[in-house]
Amino acid sequence: MSKQINVALIGNPNTGKTSVFNALTGLNQKVANYPGITVDKKEGLCKLSRVLKAHILDLPGTYSLNASSLDENIVIELLLNKNNKDFPDVAIIVSDVENLKRNLLLFTQIKDLEIPTILVINMADRMATKGISLDIPFLEETLNTKIALISARKNTGIEYLKTLIANYRDLSVEPCLNASSIDPAYFDRLRSAFPNQQLYKLWLVITQDVNFGKVSRQEMDVAAFKTKSKSDLKRLQQKETTKRYQFINSVLKQGQIIDISKASDFRSRLDRLTMHKFWGYAIFFMILLSIFQAIYDWSSAPMDFIDTSFAQLSEWTKATLPAGVFTDLLADGIIAGVGGIVIFIPQIAFLFLFISILEESGYMSRVVFLMDRVMRRFGLSGKSVIPLISGAACAIPAIMATRNIENWKERLITILVTPFITCSARLPVYLIIISLVIPQGRFLGLSYQALTLMLLYLIGFGMAVLSAAALNRILKFRSKSFFVVEMPSFKLPMVKNVAITVLEKTKAFVVEAGKIILAISVVIWVLASNGPGESFNNASTIVQEQYEDLNSELVEQKIAAHKLEYSYIGLIGKSIEPIIRPLGYDWKIGIGLVTSFAAREVFVGTLATIYSVGGNNPDTLKQKMSSEKREDGSPVFTLASGISLLLFYAFAMQCMSTLAVVRRETNSWKWPIIQLIGMTFIAYVISLIAYQLIQ
Amino acid sequence: MPTIADLQLGQTATITECSSEAIPFKLLEMGCLPGNKVKLLQVAPFLDPLYLNIDDAFVAIRRDTAALICIEIDSNE
Repeated sequence: MSKQINVALIGNPNTGKTSVFNALTGLNQKVANYPGITVDKKEGLCKLSRVLKAHILDLPGTYSLNASSLDENIVIELLLNKNNKDFPDVAIIVSDVENLKRNLLLFTQIKDLEIPTILVINMADRMATKGISLDIPFLEETLNTKIALISARKNTGIEYLKTLIANYRDLSVEPCLNASSIDPAYFDRLRSAFPNQQLYKLWLVITQDVNFGKVSRQEMDVAAFKTKSKSDLKRLQQKETTKRYQFINSVLKQGQIIDISKASDFRSRLDRLTMHKFWGYAIFFMILLSIFQAIYDWSSAPMDFIDTSFAQLSEWTKATLPAGVFTDLLADGIIAGVGGIVIFIPQIAFLFLFISILEESGYMSRVVFLMDRVMRRFGLSGKSVIPLISGAACAIPAIMATRNIENWKERLITILVTPFITCSARLPVYLIIISLVIPQGRFLGLSYQALTLMLLYLIGFGMAVLSAAALNRILKFRSKSFFVVEMPSFKLPMVKNVAITVLEKTKAFVVEAGKIILAISVVIWVLASNGPGESFNNASTIVQEQYEDLNSELVEQKIAAHKLEYSYIGLIGKSIEPIIRPLGYDWKIGIGLVTSFAAREVFVGTLATIYSVGGNNPDTLKQKMSSEKREDGSPVFTLASGISLLLFYAFAMQCMSTLAVVRRETNSWKWPIIQLIGMTFIAYVISLIAYQLIQ
Repeated sequence: MPTIADLQLGQTATITECSSEAIPFKLLEMGCLPGNKVKLLQVAPFLDPLYLNIDDAFVAIRRDTAALICIEIDSNE
């Protein structure tokens, strides 16, 4: 029988912890959420021997065991709770050979918890260029641990690490320094008050600034032991940190030699360029421009291909399978709906590709540095740049990425304005409407259509910044300015890490969005194929009586249109038509607006389903839309109604999942509701003005 | 008493005092402790934030935080 042990990967941000995780688990990994919170929980399996497997948990990056964010708190909650099913049999601390000193702070804290610990020193391939040499046996002895010197990039040392994990029973659980000497009297009293508890664990529970979870405090009633004031505790913590560094410095003085003359000056030269007053911005905007250009250029061919393929597949299904309700559901409901999701894959994949390259390389932190002062004028932080850029992929991960903004006001404003950024779900809506209403032709060598798209991105960004400035004035919070950004060294992104990120995010998007879209497509199809009363059920007789002189094919079409109009969905669309008519929309678009509240991209899927139900031609969606007429015979999609629709989608909060995430991240319904009402109002007013002006 | 906010570009100093109540604890954990060296590497456009090397750590902080950390500027340069 094979046995399974729990392994936790812990380390500072930027130490290549995820690379180690990928090296140990390969594709044998999955991402879930911790119950109740939207922090990614990455876990995987690693086979150590025929009889031993390791369940590996990649914990969020943290600098120490003093949590200052929800992500960091996960690490502490786990390490303090022996009853947690993931409580590690062995903790692996991942450190970076260039930042050993700082990385060891966390290591000495975890050693104090008396958990079997392995120290991984990653990026060993950089030792030569940085002139670093290490005395591993000496370090192992003074730190009371086993050390694996590895390079996840060059794939060296991984096998040795696996051997160390397999022999986890041999690891020492002795702490490597005595932290309680910072105030012996206090710690003695603590020890006698709670004789059954581990001393360092007590200290951690007492000193946590913010208690995010419940576990640790319920377990022991330390509230009764608040014999020191908050500032006394802070001073003691500083003393503890100083003591740990004294120990680490004395160890490294002997165990680590850095020959500065061998170190190359690559970093500072690249820093000076990427953070330059002028060139820094120039490089940043060039990068952004090329990203958008690439996404637009590279994904249009595969998207057209997917669009036509699905139209053909739907046609083929109808022709091959026997006619009936099931075939209709499959062809018009499911295939049309699924096509509406699959078409996103190229763009989502490209966006995540670029974002993960920017993050992996260490460039994102330079952007944070460059943009902080500018962003602060609008009540945002330099760190808001990452959510705002990620928002171009999807607002959901973007809002989660606001967690490392330490200032609550800056974070809240970032959360509230991020959904204005043009996300990938808006793209299909934009692309199809642009291709319908914006004329072909070029201006200064750029096509009108590409220019319109770029303008929409700029409008989204502009609105985000404007509303941030407004919110900055309206919201009255007093919170301390708080901004500490570590600048990681520049690294060539690892192909494996980037590939896994792209694969995972794309998969998550397709599966998560897919479920909603599929369900909605089926519901719409059912609502569109059924209706109440005479007008729907006797459609064929009513229409035949009306148009006796027409040929049979045209009558068929008239019947289908009549049925749709009197179906349940038609009635819903008609009932909201008075509200949206001033914006230039008809009831079919109205249905799209209603269903796309679940997610914007559903709009295209809905129109695909509605127009498939309404007609029998094998055209692509675009052809169907352009031939769509109003009652008076004029086309539905004109420049005026098209622009109005584009603007509506640019500003409206059409995404249930985003609202759910905002609710979770702000821990109240107040902010998502404000967001929903505010954004819809802005969208309505601006679309109204645009339609009435252009018309 | 000079603070980190008074440093000139490329200048090195020794941290003399930093209150754990006024500045983020994370900064202390990154090595911003009395006795450690600090060097001003770069200043962002509009003079804020500051890019520092504190005890071999590469960190960016805002000017207002930097003004809370007292230093003694090294004279030998």
